[in-house]
Amino acid sequence: MISRRNFCKKSMLLVGGVALPLAAFELFNPKKLMADKSDEAKVRWVFLVDTNKCTGCGFCVRACKIENETPYDANVSRTWVERYVLTRDGMTYIDSPKAARDGFKTSKIDQGEGKFKEIKGEEIDKAFFVPKLCNQCENPPCVQVCPVGATYQTADGVVLVDRSWCIGCGYCIMGCPYGVRFFHPVYHVAEKCNFCYHRISRGMKTACVDACPFDARKIGNIKDPNDPVTRIIMTERVNILKEEYGTKPQVFYLGLTKEVK
Amino acid sequence: MRNHVWRPLYVALGIVVLVLIVRTLVVPKDFGVHERGYMYGWHRKSDEQFWKAVKVKYKTSEYCKDCHRDKYDDIRNSPHARIMCENCHGPALSHPDDPPTLTIDQSRELCVRCHLYLPYQTSGRGKIRGIDPETHHPEVECTLCHWPHNPTREAKK
Repeated sequence: MISRRNFCKKSMLLVGGVALPLAAFELFNPKKLMADKSDEAKVRWVFLVDTNKCTGCGFCVRACKIENETPYDANVSRTWVERYVLTRDGMTYIDSPKAARDGFKTSKIDQGEGKFKEIKGEEIDKAFFVPKLCNQCENPPCVQVCPVGATYQTADGVVLVDRSWCIGCGYCIMGCPYGVRFFHPVYHVAEKCNFCYHRISRGMKTACVDACPFDARKIGNIKDPNDPVTRIIMTERVNILKEEYGTKPQVFYLGLTKEVK
Repeated sequence: MRNHVWRPLYVALGIVVLVLIVRTLVVPKDFGVHERGYMYGWHRKSDEQFWKAVKVKYKTSEYCKDCHRDKYDDIRNSPHARIMCENCHGPALSHPDDPPTLTIDQSRELCVRCHLYLPYQTSGRGKIRGIDPETHHPEVECTLCHWPHNPTREAKK
């Protein structure tokens, strides 16, 4: 005879199981992503970051700040570079001093509050740099939460902020799972990377892509099957950040590890 | 029913009408649902033009090529080929009109962005020839000995 407690427990489990969407069991598949984009638009901007090539020079961050008029000395940036140092004793150290605007000027890891950690070369298991920027999600949560229609997605997939329409409530800054949004220190409205919309609309590349001396950053159009970036995304082992959130980010990473995801 | 029961309703209707009138006056004509639907595309269309019209500051090395051909060719045939001119000389903006001259950043801080030695063999950084800036001639600029446009050559004296 089933007890009342057991019956309640089992039925709750069943309801929970049924409620799980099938998508939760799905692994990331770029081909499906391409099919998703079968609408009539000719352009869908995507970004590719090769973490194997990034050396942490920070030229991308500097170019971005100047190009997009983000106040140079304010501690905010549309893009930044993170340094990951994984030691043999299983620890992970991450820093990004001043968003890596001046690169990484010391081997010591900035741990905040004025503390620095020196890690010797023989203690390091792996160490690498990961550039971050707005993922221009296909399902952008920042746009969904905007109460006034100040942030939106263009037909070519870029998420923009209307500076004259934003009321500065900050919902989008809280809603972004990737932490790419911030308040602009001058305009006091939400600010974010927009793939240098003025440059890509003129047929140029973004400022960070042009400034990168190591080809670690690339921008492309996933609607064009002959685009070199599309080819890499379709044929190589690319990954995305926090795919479990269902945001469908459009910044793809080569050489991503679980510490970054 | 008596008149005083209906009066609050007239007031409420008046407020609704007032809000609708103010709304049509304040909300711009191009504000509405655009390509990406109600959930993602509800916005003021003309704002896209605002972002497209932002001034380009970094013109890339292709912009420098025509007037500074010698320097362009110099760096193109060196291990520094992939570094664009504006990384060290600053954004071109509307050069040569404004600014008439660009800067030359010869600081050690610029060079150690890549050439500070970091023992990160699993990233591109570990493969770059690097120094410890605290012990490698800390008193002078790198360009005293190294020619930045072509580091395989000695500096111009």
